[in-house]
Amino acid sequence: MRARLLGRRRLRRTPVGVVIVLLFFAVALLGPWLAPFDPGEIDLRHQFQLPSTLHPLGTTDNGVDILSVLLHGARLAGIVGVLVVGISLLLGTAMGTVAGYRGGMSDHAITGLADLLQAFPSIVLNIAILALVARPGTSHLVLALAVNGWVLYARVARAQTFTIRELDYVQAARALGLSEGRILARHIVPNLVGPLVVQATSGLGAAILAESTLSFLGLGPGKDASWGALLDQGSAVLLRFPHVALVAGGTIAITVLGFNLAGDWLRDRLDPRTTEP
Amino acid sequence: MSGGLARYIGQRLARAALTIFGVVTLVFLLVRLIPGDPVDAILGDQAAPEDRAALRTALELDRPMVLQYGSFLGHVADGSLGHSFRRRQETVSSLIAQVFWPTILLALSSLLVAWLIAVPAGSLAATRRGTGWDRAATTGAMLGLAIPNIWLGPLLILLFGVQLQWLPLPGDYTGGLAVLVLPSFTVGTALAAILTRQTRASMIEVLSEQYILAARARGLHPWRVVLQHGLRNALLPVMTVGAAQLGALLSGTVIAEKIFERPGLGTLFLDAFFDRDIPVVQGCVLVIATIYVLVNVAVDLLYGVVDPRVRLS
Repeated sequence: MRARLLGRRRLRRTPVGVVIVLLFFAVALLGPWLAPFDPGEIDLRHQFQLPSTLHPLGTTDNGVDILSVLLHGARLAGIVGVLVVGISLLLGTAMGTVAGYRGGMSDHAITGLADLLQAFPSIVLNIAILALVARPGTSHLVLALAVNGWVLYARVARAQTFTIRELDYVQAARALGLSEGRILARHIVPNLVGPLVVQATSGLGAAILAESTLSFLGLGPGKDASWGALLDQGSAVLLRFPHVALVAGGTIAITVLGFNLAGDWLRDRLDPRTTEP
Repeated sequence: MSGGLARYIGQRLARAALTIFGVVTLVFLLVRLIPGDPVDAILGDQAAPEDRAALRTALELDRPMVLQYGSFLGHVADGSLGHSFRRRQETVSSLIAQVFWPTILLALSSLLVAWLIAVPAGSLAATRRGTGWDRAATTGAMLGLAIPNIWLGPLLILLFGVQLQWLPLPGDYTGGLAVLVLPSFTVGTALAAILTRQTRASMIEVLSEQYILAARARGLHPWRVVLQHGLRNALLPVMTVGAAQLGALLSGTVIAEKIFERPGLGTLFLDAFFDRDIPVVQGCVLVIATIYVLVNVAVDLLYGVVDPRVRLS
């Protein structure tokens, strides 16, 4: 029993998630150079091929090499993920610390807005925003995802700020007459880094999944290779050529799982008290 | 009914009304605040000027914002939600009414799937902590959370529709209730995973309480202790988590309707997106968000009735 528990513990500490995350970023950076084919290259003589030496993961409806689509798609997923999380993190931290530090009306206004945005299922709100744009591109996708993406970070930042602002050193800084901006930037935000990094890690997975989902629904940036769009193509021919959907969906699932595991791992590392029950 | 409970219900309803008003306002503002011209989005940027002007008038975009808002509120108040752009003789609410129930049916059956998996699995894991049952439930929950529903749907079709041929394929509506099974699992699995974790955690907490020990000491049957004294108290936090996940559940129905080619709010919403039928998009968002707010109120009220401590906070 004891040995088994120890074994599980070690397993959970093995940062599989971190390996997946690093691999993902490497592919997102280098993917277009590693890709054996151009994902826009149509080859009608080789439609829907099963994996072969020429096409390691097979081909899609136009004879496009699936591995190349995945490698290029990692770049889109990476760009959307990093930008969405970056914007959401900045905006959320600003909103959350101000709400938590000032309290009162600022807090009511910001929390009210956050509650309101959370009354919309997130994908539904994202789609509604994209509907107002003529030809949604990558930047529209990022903005649509950031509109409600900041809320989670704001909640984390606000809750932490509430506790920190009562601590002696913050009271001392206030008594010394430091400006609010300086107190927030120098004394509060540095203490939020841990929880926010944990949130951002799983947030990257969520943003990548959101990009895939929107592309799957046909709302992504049309010209770019995307995992979600590949899964959509695969689903259309699921009964005859299941390998397309299997490979595309598996890639999305493993990546998202990797970010979630990495987030859990970071949380355990940064704060040993919060282990799961 | 006690005064405390009445006041609690009153406050909660007032807050919900305020949120719904906020939702309506935000849905109105979206079209006006998003950079870019909705007329471009609908007609494309090569449309003739007179068509653009006509659409602008039809959309009431040429009127002052306050008047636009007033007429938007009017359409919400009279229940029509305005007229569709593409099918001008139809009101948005009549289009929604045609597809409302299939979506609600899917959402309810997904909820049922989630609870039917989560409560037994979570309770079993908590009462048999550290055993194979516990590990199976915990690992299952981790996998259920990790598999995106856009992939789970195709996987289920391949396994149960193609390989085993137990359940109908998408587009085949002859199977009665069987057509609901795969979509419900596609939507409900992630929720089942979250609820399993929550049930397990809160069950473990409740089972360590003194009154459980007292019930055991009185010689009650172990299952009666777990079911009557444990589960009843453990399920309250699970309910709250479940209600908070309702948004994800409703997003899931949009996705499942696409995968399984089912008519519903999600299909209407996506079609309206591709047609750039803005009033229908707004109407769908409004209805979905309102469902979310109302269900959360209902859960809170239920909570207040079941657990008297809640009313005081």
